[in-house]
Amino acid sequence: MLKSRRNFIKKVLSYASYGWLTSTGFLYSGLAKAQWTKEFFAASNYQDILNQLFPDVTYIKSKKIKFSRLPRKAENGAIVPIKITCDLENVHKIIILVRKNPHPLIAEFFLSSAVASEVTARIKMAKSGDVTVIAEAEGKIYYNKQHVKVTVGGCGG
Amino acid sequence: MSSIKIRTKRRNGQTQIRTLITHPMENGRNKDKKKQLIPAHYIQQLWVEHNQVKVMSCNMAGSISKNPFFVFQLIGGNVGDKITITWEDNLGNTDTNDRIID
Repeated sequence: MLKSRRNFIKKVLSYASYGWLTSTGFLYSGLAKAQWTKEFFAASNYQDILNQLFPDVTYIKSKKIKFSRLPRKAENGAIVPIKITCDLENVHKIIILVRKNPHPLIAEFFLSSAVASEVTARIKMAKSGDVTVIAEAEGKIYYNKQHVKVTVGGCGG
Repeated sequence: MSSIKIRTKRRNGQTQIRTLITHPMENGRNKDKKKQLIPAHYIQQLWVEHNQVKVMSCNMAGSISKNPFFVFQLIGGNVGDKITITWEDNLGNTDTNDRIID
């Protein structure tokens, strides 16, 4: 009995402190929330993913998210280079989506204040379509997109 | 030999971290020569530490190209600091490597 009561108190205390940490914004560097979620990555509906990622928000289109290495015409869909630069303050999350891919969500980057909001990667694209990048900064959601024409798809089939 | 290669370059008060990882990144949709589906095998999470402090992490799936290449920009960073990169894939494999900023 005594043991279980001790456990109970321990649990209550840990939950309470967690709540305090999150409410004060202490843990909210984004890194604490960086769990790999199967539902996001396995989903095939673009709109569903957006609704799950950020329910009830307005997306603001912003030219401050720049694609500096993404080609307008990609010869090989298996390797499409992309470099994202955000001229926004306190970006803590960058998400890459490719609308026409079988699984549109490509990657989520969780950034702490110790890194600049600049990310380079290489992605696969099944066919020509839009590449969308979403950036979360100070509670607001910004996005920008660019159309890429793909000659040979790179997602198998 | 580690599957992770890391290169760093200091410029204008920032440290550029380039990393190349050897990994098949199979998304589970490709077929081999016998028309059999190749099972999914991709990196799920990757994180970067600067002197043992986690500075960023990345979730991904099979839509990142084979042998993933990433570039990140660390603000600050001095000669002698340690950069550690770790990945974990969907089969539970994991690898880690570090590099001292030069």
